Amino acid sequence: MAETHDRGGGEPPVIAPGHSYATVTATIADVVLKRPLDWRWFVGMGAGTSLIMLLGAAVSLLLFKGVGIWGINAPVMWGWAIVNFVWWIGIGHAGTLISAILYLLKQQWRTSINRFTEAMTLFAVMCAGMFPLLHMGRPWKFWWLFPYPATMDLLPQWRSPLVWDVFAVSTYFTVSLLFWYVGLIPDLATLRDRAGNTFLAKVYGSLALGWRGSGRHWARYKTAYMLLAAMATPLVVSVHSVVSLDFTAGIIPGWHSTVFPPFFVAGAIFSGFAMVLTLCIPLRSWYGLKDFITLKHLDYMSRVLLATGMIVGYGYASETFVAWYGGNPFERHALLHARPWGSFRHAYWMMIFCNVMVPQLLWSPAIRRNPMVLWIISIFVNIGMWLERYVIVVTSLSEDFLPSSWAYFTPTFWDVAVFLGTIGFFVFCLFLFVRSLPAIAMAEMRELVHETGHHGHAAQAHGETP
Amino acid sequence: MPRNPDSDHPLTLDELVRGGPSEPPRLWRSLEELADPAAAVGTAANAAARAQAAIHGLGDVGRRDFMTVMGASLALAGVTGCGVQPPEKIVPYVVQPERIVPGKPLFFATAMPFGGDGLGLLVESQMGRPTKVEGNPGHPASRGATDVFAQAEVLTLYDPDRSQVVVHQGRVDTWEHFLRFLIDLRTRKLPEKGRGLRILTRSIGSPTILDQFRRLKEAMPELVWHAYEPVNRDNARKGAELAFGKALEPSYTLDGVDVAVALDADFLRWGSASTRLAREFADRRDPDAASMLRLHAFEPTPGVTGASADHRTAVAAADVFAVAAALARALKVAGAPEAPLGTATAHEPAIAALAAELEAARGKAVVIVGDAQPAEVHALGYAINAALGAIGKAVVLNAPAEGAPIDQAGSLAQLVKDVDAGEVDTVLVLGANPVYEAPADLKVAAALRSEKVTSLVHLGLYNDETGEMAHWHLPEAHFLESWGDVRSSDGAVALIQPLIEPLYQGHSISEVLAALLGEVGVPRRELVRNHWRRRLPAETFEKDWRAALRDGVLKLPGEAAETEAPAAADLSKVTWPAPAAVGLELTFRPDPTIWDGRYANNAWLQELPKPTSTLTWENAALVSPALAKEKGIVDGQVVILDFRGGQVEAPALITPGQAAQTVTVHLGYGRAKRAGRVGGGIGFNAGLLRRSDALWQGGGLKVEPTSTVNRLAITQHHHDMARRDVVKVQTLAEYKHPDEKEHHEHPSGSLIPDWPGHKSEDYAWAMVIDLNRCIGCGTCTIACQAENNIPTVGRDQVLNSREMHWIRVDRYYAGEDPEAPDIRFQPVPCQQCEKAPCELVCPVEATTHSDEGLNEMTYNRCVGTRYCGNNCPYKVRRFNFLHYSDDETPSLKLQRNPDVTVRMRGVMEKCTYCVQRINEARIDAKMAGRKVGGDEVKTACQAACPTGAIVFGNLLADSDVSKGRRSSRHYSLLGELGTLPRTTYLSKLTNPAGGAPAREESKNG
Repeated sequence: MAETHDRGGGEPPVIAPGHSYATVTATIADVVLKRPLDWRWFVGMGAGTSLIMLLGAAVSLLLFKGVGIWGINAPVMWGWAIVNFVWWIGIGHAGTLISAILYLLKQQWRTSINRFTEAMTLFAVMCAGMFPLLHMGRPWKFWWLFPYPATMDLLPQWRSPLVWDVFAVSTYFTVSLLFWYVGLIPDLATLRDRAGNTFLAKVYGSLALGWRGSGRHWARYKTAYMLLAAMATPLVVSVHSVVSLDFTAGIIPGWHSTVFPPFFVAGAIFSGFAMVLTLCIPLRSWYGLKDFITLKHLDYMSRVLLATGMIVGYGYASETFVAWYGGNPFERHALLHARPWGSFRHAYWMMIFCNVMVPQLLWSPAIRRNPMVLWIISIFVNIGMWLERYVIVVTSLSEDFLPSSWAYFTPTFWDVAVFLGTIGFFVFCLFLFVRSLPAIAMAEMRELVHETGHHGHAAQAHGETP
Repeated sequence: MPRNPDSDHPLTLDELVRGGPSEPPRLWRSLEELADPAAAVGTAANAAARAQAAIHGLGDVGRRDFMTVMGASLALAGVTGCGVQPPEKIVPYVVQPERIVPGKPLFFATAMPFGGDGLGLLVESQMGRPTKVEGNPGHPASRGATDVFAQAEVLTLYDPDRSQVVVHQGRVDTWEHFLRFLIDLRTRKLPEKGRGLRILTRSIGSPTILDQFRRLKEAMPELVWHAYEPVNRDNARKGAELAFGKALEPSYTLDGVDVAVALDADFLRWGSASTRLAREFADRRDPDAASMLRLHAFEPTPGVTGASADHRTAVAAADVFAVAAALARALKVAGAPEAPLGTATAHEPAIAALAAELEAARGKAVVIVGDAQPAEVHALGYAINAALGAIGKAVVLNAPAEGAPIDQAGSLAQLVKDVDAGEVDTVLVLGANPVYEAPADLKVAAALRSEKVTSLVHLGLYNDETGEMAHWHLPEAHFLESWGDVRSSDGAVALIQPLIEPLYQGHSISEVLAALLGEVGVPRRELVRNHWRRRLPAETFEKDWRAALRDGVLKLPGEAAETEAPAAADLSKVTWPAPAAVGLELTFRPDPTIWDGRYANNAWLQELPKPTSTLTWENAALVSPALAKEKGIVDGQVVILDFRGGQVEAPALITPGQAAQTVTVHLGYGRAKRAGRVGGGIGFNAGLLRRSDALWQGGGLKVEPTSTVNRLAITQHHHDMARRDVVKVQTLAEYKHPDEKEHHEHPSGSLIPDWPGHKSEDYAWAMVIDLNRCIGCGTCTIACQAENNIPTVGRDQVLNSREMHWIRVDRYYAGEDPEAPDIRFQPVPCQQCEKAPCELVCPVEATTHSDEGLNEMTYNRCVGTRYCGNNCPYKVRRFNFLHYSDDETPSLKLQRNPDVTVRMRGVMEKCTYCVQRINEARIDAKMAGRKVGGDEVKTACQAACPTGAIVFGNLLADSDVSKGRRSSRHYSLLGELGTLPRTTYLSKLTNPAGGAPAREESKNG
């Protein structure tokens, strides 16, 4: 129903009019506490768990036989595992960006989407975290990458970007988790209070850490949340910059490029917002949350997508230009020949299509407010960003310095299985999340109702009955 | 200590081990330090010897003294643990036997028989286990180097698929029962003078066996000895018969040669003499010598010799005759035939110019004709060489093995004919596999299987295709397990002594022949010793024998090299072949790595990329780019080869440099499943197309492409240098230009800070690889594999570029014309960069820099992120994607070098500059209170290299490697990256006629 706004052509509101504190709380909390089981949830959960079983099989075989079950080979020693790692980490960027940076910038529209984008971040980082572990030749030695007090006095080799990666990703995960949890506390208390049985009340109650909603609580809470947001903000930039250093610190043509850190951060936000769109468009429709995640949200996210997509496109152009202008023969080969015209040209052009051409549709306001089209565009961007990492990792390694060593890369079934398995894990976590925790921050929504009640009359004037 | 009736003092291990005081120590330096505790040793060793003698039933006290010592060295050192293990008590040494120091290898001289020729070797023995083969510097065929086959022989020795039991009529039997059969056979055959008894062997170069055959023929005049080997020298011998009226075998030398012409002769990699020839070739290519040899090659299929040539011309094999005839006519050889040049017509001016060049270099020129060329071409070659004055200098003619068949193919055909005629009832196949190796039209299998042959005996390393149909199959002893001797084509005689008890109770050919001579129970060693006791002067025999065992070469006093000085070549009676048939030609070649199939079950050789094609684990039909275009064939496409009634399906491999209308197939593949788990059932059997009248080539081939395309297991997928300066090539004239001397590479410098920590003031290890010497044979790769416990990965893994070789030989095609490319080789081991990109990115410090400049791998610390491998610009790092090392097969464990870790899955590995050898030298030097010499350490690749292309040493000393670095030809691979590699290269030089670039010349023809 809310969809009819865009016909009017005006700015849609950040929350559909007519909501009171009670309706907001009820609508959101009921998804967790009251809503009957639904076949769609079972389908999603079924798919997720099935893929987790595939992941289990793939990982078991991997641990039993070694990374040789994948398609990696002598020049292309990193394959899908690293591609997937970077892809998932990139997806994990939107959550913190929306929660922390937009919070500090006091963007109202972030309120209804921050909770589940943060959850998405956590799950995506979990998926990402699996890959560096699994791609190791001897994964049972992973702890050697940490500076632990070893009897041999041996520390990690600090000059390796992989060590920085360990710290960047684990810090990011920890801070994101804290941020998310702190934000959840008032809502957990709400769930405790509304829980139908004592068991649930006890579970939510213990998670709510004794929240009573006193003024002092709120004051402390606000300060803590603000501080965490401030702490999380630099991480948004640092994590993917560090991940990009895995490549730029190498000497491989196609990797060794100064444009990578900003380019990777923009790409991460790009892919993260695409994934948020991919997830929230069905979510708002299935769980009746269209009033809270309105077309305004979709519109704004599309604008971010368009902007970051342009940055990514600029990145491609600048890489290519610098390769030509710089005159380094190895870089010229990698960027002007191997990528666009070599063995992996299909991946390259598909990437350009998905990441540069398709987002151009978002210039049109009508498309920005058409959830179906947006959803399809977001899928393209997800694919395009995966391909981008594939192009960077695989084509660069495939043809580097000595032509004698050049070789093609072909993934195996197990490459695909592990990737699908992590998607399954991601889906599983999300479906678990939407039915056990409030997908939208209730407390913040109530605040929003309060604020829009004072300032949002203009928006409401166009509104219809909810 | 018991007095010995044979000699005044027993043979000690000191005498036996290479590197006595007379010899300047090379690889076995450490042994020198050990004292010579002569008396104590004998006593200590005696107990072991008695045990050893008891095992083998050696009652003869007079013979015991040798076993005394061998017993001490072998039995106590644990050798018997590898063979039959008798139940015995394990007691610690009361007196340490001489020389046997755990962890210290010993080197023994022996020799490898190969195709009737021989290569002298030094074999490293680790506590009684032969683990590594090195060349014998004192042997003229080896000069310290080896070929790929010698390097790989240790793997064949420990091959678990080798035949292990005597089989009689399909049941396991014993050697004693076989001896009973053999004695019975002798009893039956003696009165019949040996009628119906045939013996089939491969080419035999052993004086002892030849003598045994002579005596057998005396005892049984009607016994016939047939010899057949798929790669033989029939044509060279028959050619000499045509030219000189007498069968002779040529032996070539390049010493003092200025111009050499290879007529379809891959002399740098064909046969045991190739090791010596490669060295001579490389020495004559030294740009700083007074003159530099120029090589012209005419060949149908690109081999390493053609690749090394200054002028290589691809001609059909049949047209080589025309080229030879044209040269002969131009050199005014009497009786030279008129022959149309065929596909070589375009090269007529070049041939005329070549003839003029040969004429000018008279006395310093030689024409080398390949063994695959027909007798008539050999006859022409002899005549040309005679005209050039090369006979007796660059071409030495030797008498062929006494009593052996001159024409092996004819000899085998005769056997089949006689079987069909019912004249044969017993065939002893000794060390041969005719069922697989014989030309298809002879139908040897049917003949041997026929009921007319009542007893078929097969002695072989493997229970192979012939063993399958034999009534008796006997496991053969590997040459590293046997006593023997071999005369190499240069005339040197080397003794073969066992490094280990036969692992599978194998027996040698001479033992079977001895039993047939009625000499049952004579120990293996005595068979050889008795022969030489008769040949050598009695008074010095013991001394000579011992010296021969130590040095590996038998000095034949008073017996100068048996070279023949034949009459002038006379071509008047030769019937020249008709002009070559039009159409497609099929040529057969021995496989560059598994030869005629005898090494099919050797995984090292299977996985060694074949020079020029880089194919592994299979063979292919080599087609030229032109033919591929004409027939619409793509790489890997299965084609049906239809040749004189035989049909075979083979994958095609487009080969630049292949003669346009010629398809080449390699022998040795398509073995039966029973050939072994490694080599059984892979590739296609080119032998099915071979005909006794077309052993090496023939016209009338039909090629029909099918719709199947297979991926070929090649290790190099990109063939040109992508306009990168990877292999630097100069002409000799450019090098000699006065300005060139001033040219030196300036290191590009690096912003990366030095590795923190101490830097050695004594040692800075470095390697210089002279691309002008490298011929691309691949011996370095195998030597490295043997030395460093490098696993093989199998065809599937090679298909996914996961081969593990620490030193690979890159092959590039240069030039514009795909039909006549310049072929360039470049061995690439770890470059040991001073600013190593791999070290910076390892998160766990598993790869670090040593204070002596080595880029070291700590396998234990490696967690397998593979970042180092990605970041290596030379792509020399190898990753154990799966568990490639064989932990299961007990016999293969014996081959392992105890000084090198066996790597598990998930860790990175790479060339270490043979750090174990550096450390051994360091320990020895420390014990002696001196520094390691600048050239003292020899890496495995360096030691094996036939041409001496690899030089390793200390940059801080006045060493060969620092000299190499001062050359104006010196350059770093990808030096512009600032990695400051310690492995560097010397550019390749070409010596084109008339100073023009070689490529242009051959194109203009």
